[in-house]
Amino acid sequence: MASTIVTFELGGREVEVLVRPMTTLQSVLRNQLGQTATKDGCRQGGCGSCTVLVDGEPMASCLLPIEDVAGRRVTTLESLTPAEGLHPVQQAFVDEYAFQCGYCTPGMVMLSKALLDHDPAPNDEAIGQALAGNLCRCTGYRPIVDAIRHASGAMSGHDTEPVR
Amino acid sequence: MTAPLEVVGRSVERSDAVGHVTGRTRFAADRAFPGMLHLKMVRSPLHHARVRGIDLSEAERVPGFVRALTAADVPHNRYTILSLIGVEPEEEFVLAEDRVRFKGEAIVAIVAETEEAAMEAVAKVRLDLDELPAVFDVEEALKPGAPIVTHWGNNTFMYEGHPCRRVRLGDVEAAFARADHIVEGVYNSSPIEHAPLETTGCIAVPEGGRFTVYTNTQALYFSLDNTSIILQVPGNRLHFIGGTVGGGFGGKVDVIVEPIATLAAMKTGRPVRFVYSRSEEMQVSSTRSAWRIYLKDGVTADGRIIARKVTSYADSGAYSRQTPYALTKHAANAAGPYAIPNVSIDAYCVYTNRQPTSAMRGFGVTMASFALEVQMDRIAETVGLDPWSIRFLNAYRNGDMKPHRKLADDATLIETMQAAAALVGHELTAEQQAMTSAPRAGGDPGGR
Ligand code: FES
Ligand code: FES
Repeated sequence: MASTIVTFELGGREVEVLVRPMTTLQSVLRNQLGQTATKDGCRQGGCGSCTVLVDGEPMASCLLPIEDVAGRRVTTLESLTPAEGLHPVQQAFVDEYAFQCGYCTPGMVMLSKALLDHDPAPNDEAIGQALAGNLCRCTGYRPIVDAIRHASGAMSGHDTEPVR
Repeated sequence: MTAPLEVVGRSVERSDAVGHVTGRTRFAADRAFPGMLHLKMVRSPLHHARVRGIDLSEAERVPGFVRALTAADVPHNRYTILSLIGVEPEEEFVLAEDRVRFKGEAIVAIVAETEEAAMEAVAKVRLDLDELPAVFDVEEALKPGAPIVTHWGNNTFMYEGHPCRRVRLGDVEAAFARADHIVEGVYNSSPIEHAPLETTGCIAVPEGGRFTVYTNTQALYFSLDNTSIILQVPGNRLHFIGGTVGGGFGGKVDVIVEPIATLAAMKTGRPVRFVYSRSEEMQVSSTRSAWRIYLKDGVTADGRIIARKVTSYADSGAYSRQTPYALTKHAANAAGPYAIPNVSIDAYCVYTNRQPTSAMRGFGVTMASFALEVQMDRIAETVGLDPWSIRFLNAYRNGDMKPHRKLADDATLIETMQAAAALVGHELTAEQQAMTSAPRAGGDPGGR
């Protein structure tokens, strides 16, 4: 099968890529566009390390054929990071030490951002449900949950102490 | 004048924090180089087989195929990771020679222009294998007539001429004869995969006669020195860059990807990337060993353990990697943190046809602790004591001689149990509260 050209929006810019059939969004981001914040833990939808937002929804980019992204809006960790400083979700992950090795962190940050966009003050159950598809092998999740709570407070304007 | 403490007692931002939350941290496989090739491995589909032949003709016709590497291409193909600390013999193969000993063993490395081409070529390599009987259980492997995994005729690692690591203190048989109770138990554990979120991998880049290797190893100089031995090149031609590890837990101390990726870079003159798929990480990378531990304890009516006999088998899998060391560590800890005057330990590192096993958090000791502490509860039940009392009664103290002839000088079991009791709200007896790990009045309890 021949290669095709796919156009989509990435971090507010239109990008155009030439791809062979069966190419995933993850592969385009990492291998063609050099956006390696999107991680590669399994390529089978099992770990969430490759989570990006497509039209604001968190998705496993390793399972998304690039053709399915045509004309849609993709947000990666590179596009989330402000030119200076950090996004409140990123800052919360720093403040709460919400990582050890850091390999799950990009996916966790994207997922948390999507969660807080939909539900600015998620309860524990909502946080647990949102995290269900993203694995962290190091932290035991607790500091990640704390970071999401912390970010929720920071983004709503009144900083809340995470409950320990 | 003393400077004020700037760090101790405060939370300090981690130096890698911003890198991690922005995704700017560069993990080994995040790098790319012009002209980079991809390495994929042809692996044994059988647990144990003789290798009769390898047919590369179809694989070579796959568009993008660059070259294949077999055992004959590897300068020093038989190695053992721990040769760096004097462990013998060399018994693992970078690429299989005449025999494969576990399902997933590497046989042929395929190097291609793209990952897809490498995978396609791997699928087109034809292997001619003669299946051999295989053994998967540590005790089956030690029976007469069991299939032999090693190249020296039995299925154990040899410790100074002995099939197991041995520790002897006092006379266990005599003590069993005068014990009021004999408590026996057998404890089994399964292999455990580390499952780091980032799979094992590296990229080897030729740079003017030297090779720069970006790797996620946990043991940079193990990898560098073993690569130097395997490729028979001086270490000053190898430049290993690591330190960023996406989870390891002991699973990234084996030296598996760097030597072959570096060899491929040498043979092609181009950067070569070799990164495990998730299924390779699960099915091929080392796990924690499966263990079987037999315990036999002689106990007095009032709960003192006067004799402990331990027979342990760790399933090393087809190659030993770090497991011989695990058994030595095990033998030093297998009697537990207790003062027992008569101890006998036989700890076997057993070869089977399972995937090799190696380091994982506390390896050698973790499973011993599991077995021993379940056994302690059973002893408590047998003599009618509660689980706390049996441990206070038998706890070792500073000045006690441990079975492997090391004087205890950092014992904290009693203090740890006192703190644990306070945390869970368990009331200790006045005597237990007053105990310390300080040396006993009469010195070592003896009885030996
Ligand atoms: S890499 Fe996409 S879910 Fe694991
Ligand atoms: S921090 Fe290592 S996987 Fe989450």
